[in-house]
Order: sequence, then structure tokens, then C-alpha cells
Amino acid sequence: MDKKKRTNEWGRHRVQILWAFLSNSYLAGFAKGKIYQGKLKNLCVPGLNCYSCPGALGSCPVGAMQAVVGSWNFKLTFYVAGFLMFIGALTGRFVCGWLCPFGLIQDLLHKIPFPKKIGIFPGDRFLRKLKYVIFLVFVILMPMFIVDLLGQGAPYFCKLICPAGTLEGGLPLVLLNKGMRGAIGWLYAWKNVLLVVILVLSVIIYRPFCKYICPLGAVYSLFQPISVFRYRVDQELCTHCGACAKACKMQVDPVKSPNHPECIRCGQCKKVCPTGALDYNVGKFRKYKKKT
Amino acid sequence: MKEKNKKDRVFPELPDRTAMKIGIGITILGLICMAFGIWRGEMAVVFEKAVNICMECIGIG
Repeated sequence: MDKKKRTNEWGRHRVQILWAFLSNSYLAGFAKGKIYQGKLKNLCVPGLNCYSCPGALGSCPVGAMQAVVGSWNFKLTFYVAGFLMFIGALTGRFVCGWLCPFGLIQDLLHKIPFPKKIGIFPGDRFLRKLKYVIFLVFVILMPMFIVDLLGQGAPYFCKLICPAGTLEGGLPLVLLNKGMRGAIGWLYAWKNVLLVVILVLSVIIYRPFCKYICPLGAVYSLFQPISVFRYRVDQELCTHCGACAKACKMQVDPVKSPNHPECIRCGQCKKVCPTGALDYNVGKFRKYKKKT
Repeated sequence: MKEKNKKDRVFPELPDRTAMKIGIGITILGLICMAFGIWRGEMAVVFEKAVNICMECIGIG
């Protein structure tokens, strides 16, 4: 198989596009400028998908977490935390690579040719920790403690940062509703600036939002080292040629850390491995029992 | 520089069998937490937030 065919990512992109369409298939919402209000909204989708997107059928787990944590009567969320534990422990960051609509957008933008794409830069390692701080501060602490007279906290990550909300919810709803156009102010402008910066950066840097900002990726990454779906390296087959590390756009070396928290399970490393030393473990637990 | 950073990015790996056992345990714990959260009525809060346009999310509120 030639190299171009081997490294083709469109199989994964097709899954991403299909999932993005399925989870945002309330097309009447786009026509009417309204959102879906059916019972499916009780359920969370695994990726970052704004529930105020006119097409969204499910709830965004980050928004849902802030809603419960910021509510006057709960403050702790077992439902959303349990959902994130379930998805994270089962798949790790597979969702980031295969099922997140905002990840898809960044993937596609990175295909735009640019003279000097940036892989690693000074400060990259430090910035990767930023998403954990954002999760703790904007998703948990601020909605929990900065509350109004009724004891309700705002979803501060959605309000001040989330570019997915601006792109999937803010832009279509404001375009489709005259009333909303009259209500936009500095916050809307700020969120649009942030969105544009992230989209432009996505052309130069691979998935900057996922690497440095996304609180959902931060949560899933905590489960990655123990996730049921995992990568393994057959050390007998590995020739240490470095092809997998070179192919990884998240700058992980799969030979040293096949289940690194930054890996989004895109599978490029597996594709480029000339000896087939990298593999998934699904359905191979018995084989593992013998080998480990 | 690039090579140096890649070398730095080593993450301690658990044996596969141990990691999978922990993963399965947390998956089950996640399901139990979800059920408990639904039982105490958290789903209604999520639903109420999700079926109304979230003004903060879209940058208006």
C-alpha cells in the first residue's frame, strides 16, 4: 500500500461527519431559528456539541455539568460526572478523535495549506496543562461559588470561552432571529473574536482548542491511561523507526506512551507503522492475559 | 528541540491487564453514578437547561 493511501484520514473524517450530522439532525431548527425541545435532550452526547445549536438532539456534557453544578439545589453532579466516567473509562479520548464535531472542524481547517505549520513551540507543554485549569475554574468552581441571590451560578465556560457554542449556537441563532440580533453586545463580540482566533490557529497548529483549552478533553484524558479501549505496542515487532511519533499530530510518542493523555486515538500511528507493532486491544483481552 | 520535547512526553504505563481492570471498574462506577444522579433528579435540570436557548452559551446572556 502506498504511503498516501496508508495515511489517508478520510475514513475517520467520514465517521466524524456522520456523527456530527446524526447528533445535529433537527433540521427544522435551522429553518425556524429554534432549538429541539424533545426528550432526547435529557441525554448527553459524548463530544463538545452545544445544546443551543438549532440542530442539536442531545445535551453537551460540559454545559450539562455547569447547569447542575450551578443549580441552587444540587451543586454536585452524579449524572454528568458518571457519564464522563463511563465514556472516559471505556474509550479514553477516542471521542475527541472520532466523535467531536468541533474536533472535526479543526481537523478540516488544518488541511488548508500553510507555509509553516507549527508542531511544538516553546510553552507548548505548559499550555497543555491549561485545559485542566479551565475545567477546574470555569466548569466547576465558578458556577459553584459565583452565584446570584437564588444561589444559581452561570455556565462560565460557555459564557466566556466556548467557541463551539458561538459557532454552533450563537452564529446560526443570531442570524436567524431578528430579536437576538438586537441583543448582541460586547460578550458576543468577545466570543466571536475568540472563535476566529481558534479557527485561524487551527490552520497553523493541529487542534489548538483540544490541546490547550477543551475541558471535555481534559476530563477524558484523565481516564486515558486506564481506558478499556487502549493501544499497545508489540516490542518484539517494533523496530524503533520513529514513524509513529513523526505521524502523531498531537506530538505523542506511541512507542513510549501508547496510552498518553494527549493521544486522541486517531489511529495514524497504527496506520504508518511498517511492522504492525501498534494495535488496539478491543476483543484481545485473552491474548493480553497470556502476554502480560 | 522537537526531539527533546517528544522524549519528555513519556507517561507511566500500567500493565494492560491492570489498566483494563481499573477501566472496567470505573466504567461500572460511572453507570452507578449516572443511575444515582437520575434517581435524585439531576436529569430534569439538564433537560430544562437544554430545551431553552442558553443565552450565555451563544454569547448574549
